[in-house]
Amino acid sequence: MADYTPSLLNKRLVFVTGKGGVGKTAVSVALSLLAARKGMKTLLCEADGSGDLPTYLGVDSVKYSQREIVDKMYAMSMNTEDALREYLHIFMHVPVVGRIGPLANAFDFVASAAPGVKEILITGKLCYEVREKNYDIIVVDSAATGHVISHLAAPQVLNSLVRVGLVNSQTQWMLDILSDHDTTGLLVVATPEEMPVTESIDLIDKVKSETTVGLTAVVMNRVLPELFSKPEEEAFDLLCTERGRQELLDATGMDTALLLQAARLAVELRRTSTVHMDRMRDALDSDTPLINVPYFFDPSTSDVLAGKVADALGEELAT
Amino acid sequence: MSTGCPDLFNIASTSEVVVACGGGGVGKTSVAAATGLQVALESAGKVLVLTVDPAKRLATALGLGSLGNALKRVPDDAFVQAGLGRPKGELWVAMLDMKQSWDDLVRRHAPDEATRDKILTNPLYDSITSRFVQSHDYIAVERLYEEYTSHKFDLIVVDTPPSRNAMDFLDAPKRMADFLSSRLLKWLILPYRSKLISMASRPFYQIADKILGSQFLLDISEFFGAFQSMYDGFKKRAIDVEVLLKGKGTSFIIVTTLEEVPSREAETFVEELGKRKMNLRGIVLNKVLPSYLMDADTLKLANHIASDPDSIASKLSMSKTEASGKTGESLYSATLYEIARSFLDFHQAGYRENIQRAKFEDGGHSTIVLPRLDDDISDLGGLASLTGYVAEQATSE
Repeated sequence: MADYTPSLLNKRLVFVTGKGGVGKTAVSVALSLLAARKGMKTLLCEADGSGDLPTYLGVDSVKYSQREIVDKMYAMSMNTEDALREYLHIFMHVPVVGRIGPLANAFDFVASAAPGVKEILITGKLCYEVREKNYDIIVVDSAATGHVISHLAAPQVLNSLVRVGLVNSQTQWMLDILSDHDTTGLLVVATPEEMPVTESIDLIDKVKSETTVGLTAVVMNRVLPELFSKPEEEAFDLLCTERGRQELLDATGMDTALLLQAARLAVELRRTSTVHMDRMRDALDSDTPLINVPYFFDPSTSDVLAGKVADALGEELAT
Repeated sequence: MSTGCPDLFNIASTSEVVVACGGGGVGKTSVAAATGLQVALESAGKVLVLTVDPAKRLATALGLGSLGNALKRVPDDAFVQAGLGRPKGELWVAMLDMKQSWDDLVRRHAPDEATRDKILTNPLYDSITSRFVQSHDYIAVERLYEEYTSHKFDLIVVDTPPSRNAMDFLDAPKRMADFLSSRLLKWLILPYRSKLISMASRPFYQIADKILGSQFLLDISEFFGAFQSMYDGFKKRAIDVEVLLKGKGTSFIIVTTLEEVPSREAETFVEELGKRKMNLRGIVLNKVLPSYLMDADTLKLANHIASDPDSIASKLSMSKTEASGKTGESLYSATLYEIARSFLDFHQAGYRENIQRAKFEDGGHSTIVLPRLDDDISDLGGLASLTGYVAEQATSE
């Protein structure tokens, strides 16, 4: 069998985004684990500033300096001061020894006020790692849906606002990397609920109109199982009738009311989520994959969960 | 008519302002709206629900179209049509429009017309106001304060914007004031005010100049030069708002689900509110699975069925018919197995929730449990069902 690498893992740089609370970090970790398992040298970068990543990796902390977490999988946490330090060192040959505190503060200030400056440092660092071919794949746990556009569009924004200066001359190579759909991809994570799907659809429209980055796939996370096939559902309905309940009582010797009520709840929850899954599917081009990851019922910690999501993602990508 | 949620009603009806905090995806907006709805139903007086970014269906449920900043009253007829009867009070709703709110703010605080126009027409104005210093949070607090001081409402329920940082909402006014008085801002607008640049800040300018180009720096400094003139207005607001948020009439509720990540965020909120001596009145546990999933007898039954669905199916007389190509017995066996397995799955999820719930209940704050609804909230009746109302048969249109 030919070595088949799914399109998601063919990219060099994958931005993962989604509404807060949908499991964006878990999916980022899962995708990185999957890549590393395939033998790819992988960098997972936390760029949303949430500080959630260590929990999912089962480690104490993740810092700016990249470190191998499991075999082939490295992790780092983005921060503007370190990125600026590195930038000054690489591009301006500023001998940066020790503290650049005041300068970094000042820069941080300009950066939080001026559009695109902070973002260009972050996006620039990631593109730099791609350009230097330091990793086979870089997975970015990016900002949530509301903020990610400013990262992806940073080069264009700065290009239009900063007409001269070093930054201006450096946005082009970043644009080249971000615009190449074979190199850079965007993975949107949603859950089958109203707001996550609505925000994802809005985001995808904005990505198309405001950035040059291509949408690679959408992950639908925490999908509840479909309980019954059509004939099973009919059988279930009959079991719920008075006659059905009586027969169940006779067969088991126990009251089945709560059992049936729970099954009804499961059916209804799934039905509601199907509406939103369909809405997502309808909003996507037919060639954009919609990858389902199941809801995991069993009690588990975040790092265990990330492993399970990786398994599920792997199975889905292989089909 | 059933009763609604007494604990939530008690908190809201004894407050002038209720602030709903919580992480993303926990249903903060719905809880805030349902709280306001309940108070309007049960007691005379005017209630305002102030929301940042409601789900479309919730907005529709509240009768909010694309009305932006305007205050809108939910008509009594809408309550009646939803089977809730005529409310005793009035329910008003407003959605925050960021752009319009910022424009209003600049108009209010700018010292003169020339400065105002300079700010509003600066090419950086749009992108700066939409992204710097937790712009959403600032606007939400600002609007809350404005409505509060108008004395038009007896109760204002506000849900906080989704933030990267738990306490951005509370700290936004102070941060804005700090920002405008900071030394850094003085540095930044220095080239605008004078050509005199101190030795200390020279390296910064040299590097910033090289990286960003001087035109860009000039645009920025011009903008903030004008912006800083609003400092006094902002500073006063920051103090006033802090007084309001810490006041007796303001209650905080934390909304969370019992999932791991939102729960952790909620714990952070509890801590931070405590540190700031804010009045935390309750933790709303939202989207909680029904307690019958923990029923011991049913658990036993589910295990029993899952281990041997065939023998139970064979005892059912209704399985003795041929159905859809499958023999009746195997169809019923498969169906019973699915029912039992699903119960066991949801039991596990419920078990996990119970552990988290016990943690909150042991934390010394009152907890309020709201159910996981099996459908999206799409009308007032749905919203009311969140706090336990069972709408009467809706009157036909």
